Amino acid sequence: MSFDLFCQYFLAGITYGSIYAVVAIGFNIIYNTTGIINFAQGEFVMLGGMIAISLNQILPLPLAIGLAIIATMIIGALIEMIFIRWLDQPSVLRMIIITIGVSILVREVALHVWGESVRSLPYFTGNEISSVKILGASVSPQVFWVLSACLLIVAGLSIFFKRMSLGHEMRACSANRMAATLCGINVKNMVTLSFMLSAGIGAMAGCVVSPITYTLYDMGPGLAIKGFTVAIIGGLGNSMAAVAAGLILGLIESFSVSVMPLVFQDVIAIIILLLILFVRPHGIFGNKEAAGLKEF
Amino acid sequence: MRRYFPVVFLIMLVVLVQQLTQLTGTSYYLTQLTMSAYYSLVVVGLCLVMGYAGQISIGHAAFFAIGGYLSGALTSFNLLPWQENGLVALLNRAGLLVASLDLYGESLLTVHPWGASAVAIIVTIIVAFAIGVPVLKLKGHYLAMATLGFGIIIYRFILATPYFGEADGISDIPAFPLVLGFTISGDFSSRVSNYYVAWVLVVIAMILLMNLVDSRVGRALRAIHGSEEAAQAMGVDTARYKLYTFVISAVLAAIAGIFLTHYNGGIGPSEAGIMKSVRYVALVAVGGMASLWGALSMGIILNFMSLRGMFGNYDDAVFGAILIMIMLFAPQGLLALRFNLRRLWPGGRD
Repeated sequence: MSFDLFCQYFLAGITYGSIYAVVAIGFNIIYNTTGIINFAQGEFVMLGGMIAISLNQILPLPLAIGLAIIATMIIGALIEMIFIRWLDQPSVLRMIIITIGVSILVREVALHVWGESVRSLPYFTGNEISSVKILGASVSPQVFWVLSACLLIVAGLSIFFKRMSLGHEMRACSANRMAATLCGINVKNMVTLSFMLSAGIGAMAGCVVSPITYTLYDMGPGLAIKGFTVAIIGGLGNSMAAVAAGLILGLIESFSVSVMPLVFQDVIAIIILLLILFVRPHGIFGNKEAAGLKEF
Repeated sequence: MRRYFPVVFLIMLVVLVQQLTQLTGTSYYLTQLTMSAYYSLVVVGLCLVMGYAGQISIGHAAFFAIGGYLSGALTSFNLLPWQENGLVALLNRAGLLVASLDLYGESLLTVHPWGASAVAIIVTIIVAFAIGVPVLKLKGHYLAMATLGFGIIIYRFILATPYFGEADGISDIPAFPLVLGFTISGDFSSRVSNYYVAWVLVVIAMILLMNLVDSRVGRALRAIHGSEEAAQAMGVDTARYKLYTFVISAVLAAIAGIFLTHYNGGIGPSEAGIMKSVRYVALVAVGGMASLWGALSMGIILNFMSLRGMFGNYDDAVFGAILIMIMLFAPQGLLALRFNLRRLWPGGRD
């Protein structure tokens, strides 16, 4: 493999990998506050892209994206309020089935609103054919938008969770619900907030990636299972490890194209997922003892 | 004998429905009832895994597809160009192959349906064991994702394999001659006999499952559902029981796949899709999780409505909505809802 080609695969890998990382972080935010894996996580990415595309027909691009993120956050909050908030200590099986049901409903609504056609946002800078040369590889400028958006999300979240009191309250909920309630934190509101947050970052990812991968009503499940793979590799609940894991999966996927047919690209992620689940369910970066204390 | 009353009732109902359709001249309903019966076979099998052993599987459509696709491909793939090949010649001499003519008069050499379905079931058992051993060690979200992942792998594999017709699926699958002159085919003339073949299969499966659930195995399964640790402490070999139920339900799904594929004369990749797996889960949930009869009745009713096209464009949406509604308001299933309502009534009993 020539050096140019290597760089090309490498950049493609980290682009996709960073999107997977964002989806995985979305999983982690909700998992940390509720102990739920939200199977509708991929649908937030799809909704963000679709809403931005529709709004962009009448509004300038930055405004359309901003409104799409806010709209998706509202949808995320509504989903939590309607389907989850009022349930009294639901079992894991029940929550799994409810979030699967929600993902189907969101997908079907999207199908009837936007149809089966493939859509995309325009390139943020330049167009389809503009490219930048890096180390001999030519990449679309959109790749830098994706990477910087993901950096922004990760940096923003770590400031939010480390420095801001609201972030502290959310972390308190994930550490110990009962203790958080006793400290006067409204745990239910924190759960709603976690859904909004994870819907928001999902929507943002959906917007920046739309020009490269396009947006389709049923892109959710594929993204969700890859995001979940990444979350598992990093250890469920560990957002920083998810970034590393996301990049690893993205790179494995993009380099796999050079050794096996494209149709099996999606299968690789799932096989990695199954292997990790069988061998190290607490994740490569995770701690076995800590995982043993959590409830799956 | 009391416990067999529902079976007798089911048999009477099956005969009654057939007679009614004949009287009213609506025998076209039998086609959808036959298909619903096969789909319900998957549902009752999954009910054993989900309701009794308490293990979720979002990949059961894969077993249906393994059965249907293998049997369909083996019985329709022409082996004539490989006639001289050692293995093919050996199979031919053993009487496992049949020669026939296709629609255009070309001669075909294909595997006999009995041999093909035996291969399909054996492969299903092997796959179910291979997947079940590691997967059933997982719990909750991990189990759900792992079975979902398994389902997607099978789906992708079918989509990428020319032997399985890729996105087009397989068509022109021959009829399956059973014993005593019964044949599984979509022929107009054999509609009534096919209806009875499907329902006899369902009745046999129900009797087997009822006995299994009421046996030592069934009690062990319920103990696992209640608390796996407690069951283990009482000396129940939880891993083995979970695995056996998983394999049994996989085989039921594969048998349904084989029969329905020969009945329809074709199979497409959507049979292996995620939505199909989710639909089976939804039907088990509506039936009340740990209720074989609930799963069967809901499986028949909702599949029949879906196949008649009553949900139109909203087919998947309807099943998604049902799934959510049941899990939100009646996690014990629709049949249990009555008792909940009574409890809500002021001064009500219970």
